Order: sequence, then structure tokens, then C-alpha cells
Amino acid sequence: MTGSARALATAADPGAALRIAEEVVRLAERAGVTEAEALVVSGESALTRFANSEVHQNVASSEVSVSLRVAKGRRVAVSSSGRTDAEGLRALVERAAAIAAYVEELEDWAGLPEPDGVPEAVEAAWSDATAGATPELRADGARAVIAAAEVQGVTAFGSFATDAEAFAVANSKGVRAAERRTTSQLLTVSMGPDHGTGYAEECSVDATAIDAAALGRESAQRARASANPVDIEPGDYPVVLDRYAVVDLLDMLGYLGFSALAVAEDRSFFEAGKQVASPLVTITDDGRDPAGLPVGFDAEGVAKQRLALLDRGVCRDLAFDARTASRAGRHSTGHGLPAPNPYGPFPTNMAMAAGDATTEDLIGGLERGLLVTRFHYTNPVYPKRVVITGMTRDGTFLVEGGRIVGPVRNLRFTMSYLDALAGVEAVSRDRRCLRGLLGGSVVPAVRLSSFSFTGATRAG
Amino acid sequence: MPLLTSDAMRDLTSRALDTATARGATYADVRVVRRLEESITVKSTKVEGVSAGETEGFGVRVLVDGAWGFAASHDLSAAEADRVAAEAVRIARASATTIRNRVALDDRPPAHGRYETPVSEDPFAIPLERKIGALLEADRAMNAVKGIAWTESIYAAQREDKTFAASDGSYTEQRITHVGSGLEANAIDGDEHQRRSYPDNGGLWGSAGYEFVRAMDLGGNAERVAHEAVELLSAPPLPSGTRTILLHPSQLYMQVHESCGHPSELDRAFGTEASYAGTSFLMPDMLDGFRYGSDLCDIVADATVAGGLGTFGWDDEGVAAQQVPLIREGMFVGYLSSRETAPRIGRRSGGAMRADGWNRIPLIRMTNVNLLPKPGMSFDEIVADTDDGLLFETNRSWSIDDRRLNFQFGTEVVREVKHGKVGRLFRNGTYTGITYELWRSMDAVGDASSWHMWGTPNCGKGEPTQTGHVGHGVSGARFRNVRVGVMS
Repeated sequence: MTGSARALATAADPGAALRIAEEVVRLAERAGVTEAEALVVSGESALTRFANSEVHQNVASSEVSVSLRVAKGRRVAVSSSGRTDAEGLRALVERAAAIAAYVEELEDWAGLPEPDGVPEAVEAAWSDATAGATPELRADGARAVIAAAEVQGVTAFGSFATDAEAFAVANSKGVRAAERRTTSQLLTVSMGPDHGTGYAEECSVDATAIDAAALGRESAQRARASANPVDIEPGDYPVVLDRYAVVDLLDMLGYLGFSALAVAEDRSFFEAGKQVASPLVTITDDGRDPAGLPVGFDAEGVAKQRLALLDRGVCRDLAFDARTASRAGRHSTGHGLPAPNPYGPFPTNMAMAAGDATTEDLIGGLERGLLVTRFHYTNPVYPKRVVITGMTRDGTFLVEGGRIVGPVRNLRFTMSYLDALAGVEAVSRDRRCLRGLLGGSVVPAVRLSSFSFTGATRAG
Repeated sequence: MPLLTSDAMRDLTSRALDTATARGATYADVRVVRRLEESITVKSTKVEGVSAGETEGFGVRVLVDGAWGFAASHDLSAAEADRVAAEAVRIARASATTIRNRVALDDRPPAHGRYETPVSEDPFAIPLERKIGALLEADRAMNAVKGIAWTESIYAAQREDKTFAASDGSYTEQRITHVGSGLEANAIDGDEHQRRSYPDNGGLWGSAGYEFVRAMDLGGNAERVAHEAVELLSAPPLPSGTRTILLHPSQLYMQVHESCGHPSELDRAFGTEASYAGTSFLMPDMLDGFRYGSDLCDIVADATVAGGLGTFGWDDEGVAAQQVPLIREGMFVGYLSSRETAPRIGRRSGGAMRADGWNRIPLIRMTNVNLLPKPGMSFDEIVADTDDGLLFETNRSWSIDDRRLNFQFGTEVVREVKHGKVGRLFRNGTYTGITYELWRSMDAVGDASSWHMWGTPNCGKGEPTQTGHVGHGVSGARFRNVRVGVMS
């Protein structure tokens, strides 16, 4: 059986994953634990990587993971395994039960989530085409990108990934959730002979919906346009951030601020009702949004609720998992990550609402500013204020009088992303699904009134 | 528990290699890996998470028509060995449709033997309650300090049993054990959030047994780091300027990691990491002719040094652990390399191919990239020798551009050094610069008495992303005319 046929056979049957989860829960109950929760993820992953306009890496793997969380009273333990045979499951249960016997009680342990109906699987989360993707299909995608690069006289680098998985959760209180999911991502960096670089990316549930040639053209044209970049003095500039940069804003806000645990630990900027961004900024988290990479429920088997994280710039909703929800005396919003998770809940399906501007409108509104394609290697400097440092990459351009004047060398920024979003002047109507920190994010391009560039790189 | 019996392991690897070669592979290798993991997290005196995990499987890598293919599975059956090997060949044939240059490997001798990390106290044999107890004691000591908002104390251990076999007859077995532990105290006042860690942000890691953790004396340092976290809240922010800086080993190792380790990866120079982490400013035509740093700068990739996270017997291509000079007396002289890339610059592999588990292909990774100590002064003596400077300690943030030139780092604490004395504390300290300008400005390196192995267990690279464990031996150093205090 080929890898693609196996993907259809294993990931297309979330019921099989659920049966394993149920068996693990039964074994754990038999071992004397008070509560048990099993998370089973099985599937096939494949990725074709190309560089210097040729494929240099091509991989596929068949994986399964079983994670078990048990409680003996208020003593909680987790074990995980890549084995699903009887001996492997027995060892998994023994390990968790043994740990639970040793650990101290968690005073505020409120138990595993209670069932609240069966979470409805999201049909839009699955594509037969992605599950059946072959090495040849991915090579075709790579070839289309490479051909587009050759037309522009640049070299193509990138990857085309396809994944199919079954995701199932069962717990001893009756939670049962199972779903099949596919994702695909094509990204490319183009490099020209005169230091020009470009980038394009798209994620989709359906790999055949990704137009590889169009992404190749977009990236290659940007590489041509960014040839021979010149130095520009760092400082504060109005900017247009392309979608590939905007996704980092959402990632960092999610990572540092939109978690109920982050708020409880006073490490988040989030204050419900507080205006922290421009009224043009609305950020949601919606596991059922077909524009993203949908998921119907979280790692605790709780159905994903739609969250308005920022509603017209105002802090509204937070992500909760079962633990943070019980502390707050409310229900989980379905944003739990696999246990153990000391970092807390996380929004994995974020989207920023579209505006009404075209890309030309965004650039046309810059009297003198910069167009930034994407950010590179960003990292929090002052986490609570979401002050981030990072570099621009793959096409940074000076804009004057609403027109692109030419490319500039990459700049370092040190900037509060909250301050950046407070200065949003316009939002594009076009959005794209891109890979976020955990999951898919749907993002537009934006124009900001000011962005602080604090350094620049060198030619060599 | 052994992954498979010796005979069963031989059968599995032979089956995969035979199937691959029968289907047209001119070279094939197979890695069978079992990984055990254990982790403990204590938050604010509560045992927040204890987990234990195991994963096992095998990966087959093949060369067909000059192109690579790789497939992997968690199922260690003979039938699956056939299927996975055949899938790897099929994938390689698909790759071959786009290649312009056929892959050619260097001619390393077949590898044979066994390697084990020296371990005095098996971390998986130490009773769980003792490991938890040590963390709880330290965590409680931090929490007892007035002004602490929350604390986190961690412990983790990982053991990999790995068998490598290749179509050239190589067959090696390795058992690699890594442990790590550390403390973190957090103090918060309004928008100001200060963290102080010990021994390092994210814990200190090494290839060793539990004796490595015991030697940290977490309990003996807990109260001190908590007080320092609180003290930071009232410290002034570091002013902007151009200063002499002293990088404590707890920051210097990250400077080595980002600005020397990554740019000296030969796959980055050849562009095969361009679509993710980026490329390198260190190009092959600069070998032996580019001044990277001052004469005091000697950096070696050393997979043989005791205790490093990049210490092993053979890399994941069966190349023996070795020492590879990267920078010699300030000149750029070498790369981290593989059997495929090294011949392209007229060299043999330096043994730097490492994979994150059975389901990932090996990539060029750092081993232990070490800044060698220099006789003369210990790091404390260098501080005492400094008239006017700033001492940066314990990495807090890091960022560097896609060619590894423009960097910016932040540390948990910065202390003023005046007339050789350590004085005033600053918060939110950052410094920034260009890689070769910084290393050329280095005018003092600590001696062997200050030299220790540090390391990072979370180095990301590759697609699909792989997390690497890499080591760095450093002793602390001084740099002149560095821009500090980047303000947002």
C-alpha cells in the first residue's frame, strides 16, 4: 500500500483512533485511577523541499501518538507513547498510574471536562485530495514554482507539505470526540542574482486548491523588484505590512496575551473592555472557520467556541482550557493543548477581519514609508507590553508619494505590537491562510501609522 | 528495556536495506530509534505537570538516481520495513525528476561500534519523589521571597537508544542520555515583568546522569534569584550608548550559537535552509581568507567533549565524532558539514548530521560549538580588569537576521562595572551589532578555570521543523564599542 493510500486508510478513520482512546481509558480505570483521558493522533505526514530550483529533500512518515492523563483523586499524571499494541498500551497506563501515586495533590484540580454533547466534527477540516497527495503531486507543485522562478531569472527555494490525521479524545466522564483533519502548505523564497529576494505562502485544507504557479510568480516578481537594495536610515516610518508580516502580530498576541492563564499570572496585556488597538482591528479565533485550517475540538475533547479576542480594537474574549475555566468558575472555550501544559490555553485558529482596501490603496496611502513583506526571527523583548524585536526579510521597499521607489536593505525593528496595531489606518480586503504558531491564521495586509526600526543589516 | 533483540534489530535493518537496494537505491541507511522522556514542572510550589513518554520507530534514507528519498514508520514489523523502504525509493524517484546535480557522498569508512553517554546516576532510575522533592524545595524557597508573583522549576531527561545501519556495512549502536533542570522567579509590577533564572533561562542541560542536576545546587540558589527578580523591578532601564560589554558565559554561549554556530552550517551556505531559517554570510569562497574575529577568537565544533549536548559516538550518517575548527585565530577556516556537502568544498564530512528522532531526516546541526579559553585571566579577573563596562548575564531574548549578521540580544540582568568593581543593576538590557564587528572587537577571553559547557535543547531548524540539542563551551569574554540599550 502506498503512503497516500495509507493516509486515506488511517487518517480517514477517526473511529479507529477513538477506539484506541476508549481502550486506554478502560485500561486506566481498571488500573484504579479516578479519572482518565486519552488523546490519540494518528496519520501520515509528507514534505517535499526544494532549493536552488531542485528538490533536495523528500520525506514521508507514518506516526501515531497516544497521550494519557490520569487522576487519582487530585493527583494528576501524564504519559505518552508511540505504541498502540497491547503491551505498549499496558505500559502507558502503568507509567501514568505509577506517577500519579507519587505526585502531590493539586488543590485546585476540578477534574476532567464533563461531556457537553458530542462535538460536531468539522467537515471542512478534511480533503481527500490532500490525504491522497502523492510525492509526484508535491513534485509537480515544486516544478510549477521553479518554472515561475525561471521566467523571472531567479532561483526557487521552498517546501510543499501535506498532512492527514485522525484526532480522537475520550475520557472517563464520557467525553467522546473524533475528527479527521488535513492540512497543506506551500511556501517559497525566491532569490535573484543581485541580492533580491521574495516570498509567497499559502495553507489550505485542500492541497489541490493551492496555486503553486501563482505563488511562484508572486515570490519571483518580488525577488526581481527587490534586487540591489540600498541602505536606509533606521527610524520611525509609516509602513504597509504584507500578510506574511501580519501573521506574526497575531502569533505574538496569541503567545503572550490571549490566554486565561497569562492573564491570571499577570503576564498578559489583556484587560477585558480595554481598547488596545485601532477600531479597524478585529481578531477572532474560530475553529469552524472554513477560510482557515478548521478543527472542531481541542486536546481535551471540548468543542471550540468562537472567540472575539479583539473586537474593533477592544479586548473581549480569552482562551480557556478546562483547568483555567474551573479556576474562573466557567466552561472551557475549547482551547486546551495536550497535557501537561504549564503554559496554558492557546488560540490556534486566529483570523483578522478583512477591511475594504486594495493593496494599491494601502501603498497609495504612504506619503513616505516602507512596504514590508515579512518578518524574520522575532522574539519578545518586553513580553507584557508585547515589545518584539526581529528583522524584515524577502523584500523591503521604500514608498514615496504612494508609489514603490525601490528596495532597501533589511531592517531590525524593536516595537510594541500593541502600539503598531493602535496605528492601523487601513486593512486589505484580501486575506490569506498562513501557518501560524500553532495552527492556521487568516490574515489581511495592513497600513500602520508608525513602526520603529532600530537597526539595519549589512551587505556582507 | 531493549528496543528489539539484537537478532531482531539486525533482521529489521537488513530487511529495509535489502529492499531499498533491490528496488534501485545506490545507497541506503536506516536508523531505529527509541526515545524515553520524563519531565516535571513545578509552578508556584505546586507540581503542575509530571509526564513520561516513549516513542519508537525507524526511518529509511535512500539515494536513487542521485536524489534523496526518506520514509519512516512507528511500526517495527518486517512487512513495514519492506513498505517503508519501497516508499523511500518511490519518493526518491519523484525527487529525481527535478534534480540538476546528482548527490555524491564522501567516502568515509564503514562505522562499527557502540557508544554510551557516561552516566553516574541513571536519571530514569532515580525515584520520582526524590526528583520532585528537590524541585519543590527550591521552588518553595523562591516563593518565600516577598514580591515574587510566580515561580517555575523544571526537570527533564531524555534517553535515545539508536541503531544505525547502512548499505556500506556500517552498524553502530548508541545510547545518549540528556538531562536538564532550572529555576525561574517572576516579579511583576504593572507593565513591568522581570524574570530571573538559574542556572540558565530554560534550565541548564548536559549529556550526563542525574549527578549533573544534583551539582546545580538549585536549593542553594533559589532565594538569591528570587531576590534578584524583585530587585530588577526597581532597577533603572539600561541607557542607550556605545559601551564596553562583558558577556557572562550564560549569555556568551547564545552569542556563539546564533552568530557562529548557525552561519557555519554548510547547508545554509548552499541555500538548502533558505526557505526556513535562512542562509549565511559565510560563503565557501571566504574560507581561510575572511577575518571573522580578533586573534583571540578560536571556535571549534567538538562532538567529543565531555558533557555536551552535541556529544556522541557517530553522527546520523555514521561519521565518527570529531573536532572541526571553524574559526582559528579569528580567521574563518571550517564548516559544520555532511557527507553530501563536504565534498563540494573539497573536504570530508565533519560529522554534523543529526536527526530529531526516527521520523526526521538528518540535517547539518551544531554539535558542541565552543569558544576556546585563553590563558591569562579568569572571567572574574577580566571583569576586575575592566575600567568602565557593562556585564550582561543570562539570555532573555535573541534575534538575528536571515544571513546571521545583524543580531540583538537581551539579558535578564545587566550590571555596571566601574574600576573593576561590579555595581549598579539595570533592567531590560539589550545589545546589538553586526556579527563580525562584534567578534573582531573581542579583546579578552576567560581562561580554562571559567570554561564550562552550556547548551540549548530547543534549537529549531528544517522543514518539517526539528528541535536539536546542541552544546557550547565558553568562559566569558569582553568586547569593545558595542551599541547597548536599544529603546522601543
